[in-house]
Amino acid sequence: MRTLANILVKELLQLKRDPKILPILFMAPVVQLTILGYAATTDVRRVELAVCDLDRTPASRDLVDAFTTSTYFRRVVTVPSQDGFDAWLDSGRARIALTVPAGYAADRTAGRPVEVQLIADGSDAMSGTLGLSYAQGVLQRVAEGQGFRLPVELRPKVLYNPDLVSRNYMVPGVLAMILMIMTMMLTSMALVRETEIGTMEQLLVTPLTPGSIIVGKLVPYALVGAVEIGTALPVVLFWFRVPLEGSFAVLVLLTAPFMLCTLGLGLLVSTLARTQQQAMMISTFVFMMPQIYLSGFVFPIQNMPQIFQWITYAIPLRYYVTVLRGVFLKGVGLETLWPQGLAMLGLGVVILALARLRFRQRLG
Amino acid sequence: MIRRVLAVTVKELLQLKRDWRTLIALLGMPVVMLLIYGFALSFDVQDIRLAVVDRSRTAESRELIQAFLQSGYFIRVASLDDTRELDGLLDSGRAQAALVIDAGLAADVAARRPTSIQLVLDGSDSQTASTILGYARQIVAATAPELLDVELEPPVAAAPVVWYNPNLESSIFLVPGLVAFILMITSVIATALAVVREKERGTMESLRATPLRAFELLIGKTLPYLLVGSVAAAGSLGLAWLLFDVPIRGSILWLAVLTVLFLAGGLGWGVLISTLADTQQVAFQMGLLSSMLPTLLLSGFVFPISSMPAALQVISHIVPARYFIASLREVMLKGVGPEVWWNDALALIVFGVVVMGLATVRTVRSL
Repeated sequence: MRTLANILVKELLQLKRDPKILPILFMAPVVQLTILGYAATTDVRRVELAVCDLDRTPASRDLVDAFTTSTYFRRVVTVPSQDGFDAWLDSGRARIALTVPAGYAADRTAGRPVEVQLIADGSDAMSGTLGLSYAQGVLQRVAEGQGFRLPVELRPKVLYNPDLVSRNYMVPGVLAMILMIMTMMLTSMALVRETEIGTMEQLLVTPLTPGSIIVGKLVPYALVGAVEIGTALPVVLFWFRVPLEGSFAVLVLLTAPFMLCTLGLGLLVSTLARTQQQAMMISTFVFMMPQIYLSGFVFPIQNMPQIFQWITYAIPLRYYVTVLRGVFLKGVGLETLWPQGLAMLGLGVVILALARLRFRQRLG
Repeated sequence: MIRRVLAVTVKELLQLKRDWRTLIALLGMPVVMLLIYGFALSFDVQDIRLAVVDRSRTAESRELIQAFLQSGYFIRVASLDDTRELDGLLDSGRAQAALVIDAGLAADVAARRPTSIQLVLDGSDSQTASTILGYARQIVAATAPELLDVELEPPVAAAPVVWYNPNLESSIFLVPGLVAFILMITSVIATALAVVREKERGTMESLRATPLRAFELLIGKTLPYLLVGSVAAAGSLGLAWLLFDVPIRGSILWLAVLTVLFLAGGLGWGVLISTLADTQQVAFQMGLLSSMLPTLLLSGFVFPISSMPAALQVISHIVPARYFIASLREVMLKGVGPEVWWNDALALIVFGVVVMGLATVRTVRSL
């Protein structure tokens, strides 16, 4: 027990000695969360709209106004003919182009159905598709304003996030990702550095067992992770005002097995790599990028080909993102989230066992 | 001067050759990453898990439900009698949406009274929810007139046309961004450790004893990685074209120019970090944090820059991937020339010059 305490103190001292690491540890999560929390939004607003009004009547102007007065569109230009669209769409200064055909007012008065033309920039699919569906919403409201009604209407009822604010969904994901990156990066460097500097031999001649070296390396970084959660959570709750519907205790309880996984992965990398550069490569490419892309943080898992959906089950961040979103938005507790907790615990134990095995091999 | 730069380059290449794992990683990783994520990532929502509560149980209600299931977007995961069971299904995520049809549907339709059906949505993923709602509206708009056997045409409708990516395949939009993301990470990581490693191992002293100028040292250290990065970039862009059907409508020459400019910027950023950090651990942290997340979130790769708050739009101007992704899409998908993207290219050049300049100043000072 005393030897364990010694190695803990040594690790903490080493952390403290590097003057640049502390600001990174404590400022970076807050700064990142603030910036990225704002950036990660799929709420497309103010889509750049180019307009070509070939009718030039009060009726056609009303239609154009229906677009520009909604918060979804922002008119960037009015061109005299459709040829004018090319330059604006090519350069990406406009994402949607609206053409009101000549004879629009006449057709409307005569009660003939009219088609207006919409061109969407498909190279920016997010703005393009959403812009197109907003435009159809605007047209539908115009039609309803004329007394047009479908015989059967669809009444949507949105649960958990009624205003469909993407920030409420993304910010917990960003939090999970930052926590993972920080803890994993630090631990992955921990053992390799000793090997590279040559102090590993010295550690090994001490009466420490490999197990206690591993624990001694893990605990300080677990503390760092806990402090990071502590500094980042207030940003989520009070700055972004993401509602915490569920219980704080469940959040903390289920963060523990996740950290077990990330710290374990860091250690595993440490035992696989020979140099710090290799450790950096392995943890970035083999462990971090799959977590970011395959966890459902940005890209929904259900859209992936089946084989990738299977792979996601081996990704701890997948479960933690589900946990965070469940606790924050849905207000669910352990009765719903226990499979996620169990999965992370299982993965964590397997990862740590692998790391210990590799560590012994390296020694032998 | 050129001789001295080349001497450093050769030294660095020799070191790189000896560390063949790193070399293979730098060359192979971009291609492997693209191969994996190009297939995995998509915004095309499919297999929406739908729970159905049919209290009407009539031919009309069944026709509506069938319309949902036959659209190809929805799969039925549960048929319930009661809405009370919906909570559990939506809470656990086993269902994403629920269609609730009230008992009065058939009577309303027969009496030609306006009626409605309800769609309950899991809104936590707002984007998927909007997409699902869009699909559902289309299905109802198409099916409702059939129930009444009437022809209904709205007074104003849209004839949508999509340019550059007619089927709105998300891979065509995502793959160029993915290429930029992968190249940025690889190039920053490649050089972030380059200078700091010499510091940590104490070989900086020996370099200092040579007649090398700071500037020559940095250029010499960057060149080999520019070479390696270009090969990796060519591989990934080729793969994007071959495997993911991303068209290259513009000129390959311009594509190469833009790619080299972007790589130089990323490598320069890595070098700058290397001169700022004292240990490889710090360099790694700074490199990753400053490249991975900004390139993912602030570059327009996934999240449209125009939707961000004004302050962030300003910040996004120092993310080089922003310019590369915009110009990559313009050259590959739109096939336009420098008259459209010259300012992006200029921004990449400015970025590269500024970071290399800062790195030189830092190195001179520490020497």
